[in-house]
Amino acid sequence: MIYTDIALASVLAAVLFDLFGIRTSLLTKSVFWTSYAIILPFQLITNWWLTSRNIVMYNPDAIIGRRLAGAPIEDLLFGFSLILAIQGMWVYWGRIGIQRKK
Amino acid sequence: MLKFSYLAMLIFTVFGSFWLELVLKTRVMKRAKRAALSILPIAPLYLIWDAYAISQGHWHFDPAQILGIFGPFKIPLEEFLFFLVVPLAAILTLEGVRSVKKHWPVGDEE
Repeated sequence: MIYTDIALASVLAAVLFDLFGIRTSLLTKSVFWTSYAIILPFQLITNWWLTSRNIVMYNPDAIIGRRLAGAPIEDLLFGFSLILAIQGMWVYWGRIGIQRKK
Repeated sequence: MLKFSYLAMLIFTVFGSFWLELVLKTRVMKRAKRAALSILPIAPLYLIWDAYAISQGHWHFDPAQILGIFGPFKIPLEEFLFFLVVPLAAILTLEGVRSVKKHWPVGDEE
């Protein structure tokens, strides 16, 4: 498996986790998409930093080769699944009453 | 200074997100238990992925631009910090949006 395969699998896993696993259904909520829209430009900036300076380097055989702001397109899939899974867990614990209130 | 290149990105992320805690009173840090419970089951999955990708050569790090401190499976310290700092930023952003859009459902309301 290359980066592309694992990144796609991580998105599929996070989506299934959100909708059918912990049933947080963040994918149907404005609060999720708004926060993602805020995070995305920052991901592009930090990805650009890491890749354009060659702090992180990718094996051309492990990616499909399309890039955005210097970083492999796969990074967007990785970021999306990470954010969805983490925010889902946060909402899940709040829902069952763990430190729900501020 | 070069060896702080990756660390600089993490510090940028911290400064870019943690002000929400003060300005929008997201109180995520005050709910450390909930944050830890959210990050601990997920971050290791990504670190396993990281370890696999490093072992397979999917990606590698410029030795001159990282601190040079490594955890298990040759994972640089910065990567461990990444999977702490970035999830916290994601939670802070979610709570930040909620602070502004109080009527938007999140799913953890009573």
